Amino acid sequence: MSRKKENKLSFVGKGIERVDADIKLEGKALYGDDLDFAKMLYGVCLRSPYPKARIKKIDFSEAQKDPDFVKLITAKDIPGSNKWPVVNDDYPFLAWDIAEFHSQAVAILVAKNRFKANELSKKVKIEYEELDFIDDIHKSITKKENIFSSYVIKKGDAFNEIKKCKYVIEKEFTTNYQVHCYLEPQVATGVFATDGTLAVYSSTQCPFYVLDAVCAITGLSSNKVKIIQTVTGGGFGGKEDVPALVGAHAALASFITKSPVRICYDREEDFRSMSKRHPSYSKVTYGADENGKLKCCIVKYILDAGAYSTLSPIVLWRGTVHAAGPYSIDNVYVESYAVKTNKVPCGAFRGFGQPQISFAQESLIDDLAEKIGMDPIDFRLKNIIDKNKLTSTSQKIKDSIGLKELIEIVRKKSDWDKRKNLKPSANNKRRGLGCSIAYYGVGLGAKGRYLDRAGAYINIYRDATVNITVGNTEMGQGALTVLTQIAAETLNCPINNIKLDEVDTSKVPDSGPTVASRTTVMSGNAIIEAAKPLRERIFKTALKMLGSKDMIAKDGYFISGSKKIFFNEVIKQCWAERLKMSEQGWYVSPPTTYDLKDGKGDAYIVYSYSANIADVEVDIETGFLEVKKIYSAFDVGKVVNPVLALGQAHGGILQGMSWAVYENLVIEKGVMKNPGFTDYIVATSCDIPEYDVSFVEKDYSEGPYKAKGMGELPLIAVAGAVRNAVKNACGVEMDSVPMIPEKILKKMGRI
Amino acid sequence: MKNYLLKCEINGEKFEGLIDPNMRLIDFLRDEIGLKGTKEGCGEGECGACMVLLDGRAVNSCLVMAFSVSGKEIITIEGIDKTKYGKKLKKSFKKNAAVQCGFCTPGFIITAAAFLEEKPDATEEEIKEALSGNICRCTGYDMIIKAVNEAKK
Ligand code: FES
Ligand code: FES
Repeated sequence: MSRKKENKLSFVGKGIERVDADIKLEGKALYGDDLDFAKMLYGVCLRSPYPKARIKKIDFSEAQKDPDFVKLITAKDIPGSNKWPVVNDDYPFLAWDIAEFHSQAVAILVAKNRFKANELSKKVKIEYEELDFIDDIHKSITKKENIFSSYVIKKGDAFNEIKKCKYVIEKEFTTNYQVHCYLEPQVATGVFATDGTLAVYSSTQCPFYVLDAVCAITGLSSNKVKIIQTVTGGGFGGKEDVPALVGAHAALASFITKSPVRICYDREEDFRSMSKRHPSYSKVTYGADENGKLKCCIVKYILDAGAYSTLSPIVLWRGTVHAAGPYSIDNVYVESYAVKTNKVPCGAFRGFGQPQISFAQESLIDDLAEKIGMDPIDFRLKNIIDKNKLTSTSQKIKDSIGLKELIEIVRKKSDWDKRKNLKPSANNKRRGLGCSIAYYGVGLGAKGRYLDRAGAYINIYRDATVNITVGNTEMGQGALTVLTQIAAETLNCPINNIKLDEVDTSKVPDSGPTVASRTTVMSGNAIIEAAKPLRERIFKTALKMLGSKDMIAKDGYFISGSKKIFFNEVIKQCWAERLKMSEQGWYVSPPTTYDLKDGKGDAYIVYSYSANIADVEVDIETGFLEVKKIYSAFDVGKVVNPVLALGQAHGGILQGMSWAVYENLVIEKGVMKNPGFTDYIVATSCDIPEYDVSFVEKDYSEGPYKAKGMGELPLIAVAGAVRNAVKNACGVEMDSVPMIPEKILKKMGRI
Repeated sequence: MKNYLLKCEINGEKFEGLIDPNMRLIDFLRDEIGLKGTKEGCGEGECGACMVLLDGRAVNSCLVMAFSVSGKEIITIEGIDKTKYGKKLKKSFKKNAAVQCGFCTPGFIITAAAFLEEKPDATEEEIKEALSGNICRCTGYDMIIKAVNEAKK
């Protein structure tokens, strides 16, 4: 049978329009709060007003008098377990004795409509006893029981080597929270049916996490519960673990009241109680020899985890593995900690523990280059990993490393060599360029390898339309479109014939979470697995129909000489021959290893890369920092959809820039001071830099059509590039994110 | 209590009925009329996801009380084709990949539709300015700005 040559792809690599664009443009997409159910009730959480307090008494007699009151649910009403299964299972669904952070859920009030639910919740009197709390990681870390998790990487002998280095540099860095600000707030609806089954409609990245939580809280078995993902209005990690909490609350309320119950957060509640990017502290040391060769790196990295450990152990792990940067260094020592404080628990956010340490380590690399007297780009080029060198976990990366080319692209495009030494202009405005690079381990890596599998189911109907079910989710990033392209390519099926559904946990095997930029690789490969036998049958049938030994399959057509038949005709024939037109696929990631003792191993299956140059202007009178332009180049393997990939790049770059420059969540004594868009500033259309994005496609042999992962990479190193550009512009060495005007002026000694 | 008699026009259709005077316009549209395309992103006038046209002017429906639209004409995303730029905007948003999660999209289209009618020859800078009351957390705005710019042609 003749096969298409790989370089003649019909659908993969094309800028195909989003398959879900129309319903979204017409306002017809059904997000979590858009579904109607008969007799639906509304739930609202009652939350602790103290950073730490003992719950003494709950009195809802006043609320109970209202005819619209339905139920008040507390921990003791939970039929299953009051432990939310995440990593360490330390977070109760509802606080029962002590609430460990301001705004932790203590009870759920259910009423007949959403306005009454809010109104009545104010009439419930909860008596608390305030307790001493900790809000500072440096105080907290002195007590062993406050350390949720900790890792170490030991490669070579960093402490001995540092003494021999000609150039040594050491600095401390801090970064603040970042709030996801997905535009659709958290929402879930529990629908308990008379037959004892429970459906939960959830705005989530990870329906299978919601499933585990709903089963835990209700005590129902997995086959009696199904989680149906609703169209999800943004995630960025903020809908990784916490929708399980929201979904479990809605499920519990529905299970108890035997009615559908919706829980839909308002923005303030979302800010106060949902996960965030961890604030961080780091102390980084680099040492280099007289030739500018990096010889050692020592890192201490601490994340402020908040009151419960949730995803902190794995966020910290990713940060730890990547802490020394994408450099080949023989002597590395990293120690890292996720530490408890009585504040909102932090978790997943695009980059997952990497952006914080990338900011620190890329800043310091720049400062070290300056100390040595080398160009920061030359210094990086001299020390980056390549396929003959080992990462800090001693992994040899065999495949697909485009880092060097990326750096050269941004260097050239930004005119770096000419512009880096610009003389300051006469007025207050100072212009400067700064560089940063990053690598990103695709998928869950060795620490999450048991979850790194995915399933897909393909069903071709008699009318030649195709239904595909996968276990990873669309949250705006374009998964539905990209996966449709991969299926279309493998089956030689027109895009419009294919429909991919939002995830329903009863229809597809547990495919792990939609995180870690893993969906293209994992679900893409699962789709290819399912499509392969179908392809065999379809292609064989087409050859028979063409009466030929040879054909070209292209754009949904099968062509031999002057004969040409369409996909739909072939499918009709397949059905006439009673061929099996549905298949299931299952993909398991290649092996990874990691030894917790010394941090050695092949931590990730493959890495994606970025190089960035920021062009900024600083007003030295006001401290105002404007990012004019960002040049970014990415190696994500084969780009399945260049238009969507560009959209991911822009979005990620802006989120990274917004974190670096504007976003400043204030928590004082455990209480959030700016829980909403009024005082928590995110970048708007007036704040955007000019984007200059390039892709280098280094084939990843295991990837679907040679693709790697994309989603998180664009954000990771933006802050470092901006910081280094600020230094280039006006000489100040920022050590803290966000780089707001006050901090810049302070560093300049102006205030 | 539903005791206020509201008369208005929604997407070209007459509405007349009793409503609760404490109800916000967004809740009236979503819960009473069933037009779910208008989204609530913040409820405090900061994100623009809830934008609708009120006599041709884009307003945040989370900040407007339903009773106050008496005698007025409302256009939501579901009725956007009735405006001069509605169809064009949808087309160019799709073409320019200005939609990702889509939760902000109805708000942006409404804002842009009102703005282009007012200023059909707007520059890119003016478009940026006009869209600055709408938050999009996914796209980085560039493709949205391009889409609006292209729709004016
Ligand atoms: S919901 Fe009205 S402005 Fe955000
Ligand atoms: S597309 Fe998601 S907020 Fe704009």
